[in-house]
Amino acid sequence: MTETADQHGWTDQKLENIVGNLLRTGVSLAALVVLLGGIVYLTRHGREPASYRVFRGEPSDLKSLPGIIRAALGLHGRGIIQFGLLLLIATPVFRVALSIWGFAAEKDHMYMLFTTIVLIVLLYSLLGSGSAF
Amino acid sequence: MNNLEFTLLVAAGSFGAGLLGSLTGLGGGVVLVPLLTLFFKVDIRYAIGASLVSVIATSSGAAAAYVKEGFSNIRIGMFLEIATTIGALTGAFLAAFISTRALAVIFGVMLLYSAYLSRKPRPRAQRNLPQDSLATRLRMNGDFPSEEGGMRHYNVHRVPAGFSLMFGAGALSGLLGIGSGAVKVLAMDQAMKIPFKVSTTTSNFMIGVTAAASAGVYLNRGYVDPGLAMPVMLGVLAGSMLGARILMKAETKVLRVVFSVVIAVLGVQMLYKGLTGGI
Repeated sequence: MTETADQHGWTDQKLENIVGNLLRTGVSLAALVVLLGGIVYLTRHGREPASYRVFRGEPSDLKSLPGIIRAALGLHGRGIIQFGLLLLIATPVFRVALSIWGFAAEKDHMYMLFTTIVLIVLLYSLLGSGSAF
Repeated sequence: MNNLEFTLLVAAGSFGAGLLGSLTGLGGGVVLVPLLTLFFKVDIRYAIGASLVSVIATSSGAAAAYVKEGFSNIRIGMFLEIATTIGALTGAFLAAFISTRALAVIFGVMLLYSAYLSRKPRPRAQRNLPQDSLATRLRMNGDFPSEEGGMRHYNVHRVPAGFSLMFGAGALSGLLGIGSGAVKVLAMDQAMKIPFKVSTTTSNFMIGVTAAASAGVYLNRGYVDPGLAMPVMLGVLAGSMLGARILMKAETKVLRVVFSVVIAVLGVQMLYKGLTGGI
């Protein structure tokens, strides 16, 4: 099966380079947004006592996608951090979506199907799992 | 303790966890949850949520460096991610129905097992195995740059066994907020007979996607607290990036022994707290 490897070798390497850059950019961007949000949050609430002993769960505007975007646009420190974390979680999701495109370019239908399954699971987790509670 | 002091202390601790995790190759996520729950008295659900987020950050950051070297096998990774993501979703759902004490006990057992695994010598890898028909049909066999120079071909084996182990790795990751890289490497290297270097890099590639599958559930459920996740994510990321940089020069053998002892001690403590109800 070495011919399979040769046949796919070049495009695989090219795709992996694109994927590598995407991951790096996603993580850097997310870290930057989280840092900015952290500065805003600590400037406003740094002197308040810290309490993580008791579990309360997050308010709804820090749980759902629209809520987080609203809180971030309102320049709330915690909302901006949560938006950065959302970017971070979305990075691997983008990576998977990009791989579908890569396999499509190689006309590899079997792996397009596998990758689509993974993408559906990820999107369900991010967008659909909230309604289960 | 106010928020500023708490943030700085947690960031420093996370930095240390990330640094040691990447230097020893054992992962920082595994000590993060015990650190947060035992020393900072954080509720274990918040700790798991923050840990998951940091796992995505380090995995994606490290994978960006690895993919260019041509070791990781994107097909093996993608196929097995079907198992890890569904496992992760299952684990994240289960976490809602398990008491925090039980979570601490499971975590403790997992830590002790990790410490044991890290001390156990790896059996010699077999080379030039015949082709396996399922793996061949799934186009998983590949080549990678070998130590002797040039490309070395490898054939993948026992796909169903690897797939089942990967479901377990995903469930563990979703339940405890760890990368469970050790189980992933075990599945590929031991069960599927994939060369160690290919296994470790492909595993790293998969960890981020697996963690993302459970992180979505944790976020939607309100287990990800921005005030806690911020210093954890930034600290672990900075620590692991520094670790990857000094890894080339450092002598990690002694460090690995020390770190596995730390993991074992934390394991005993988590087990004790879980059983006595101190968590």
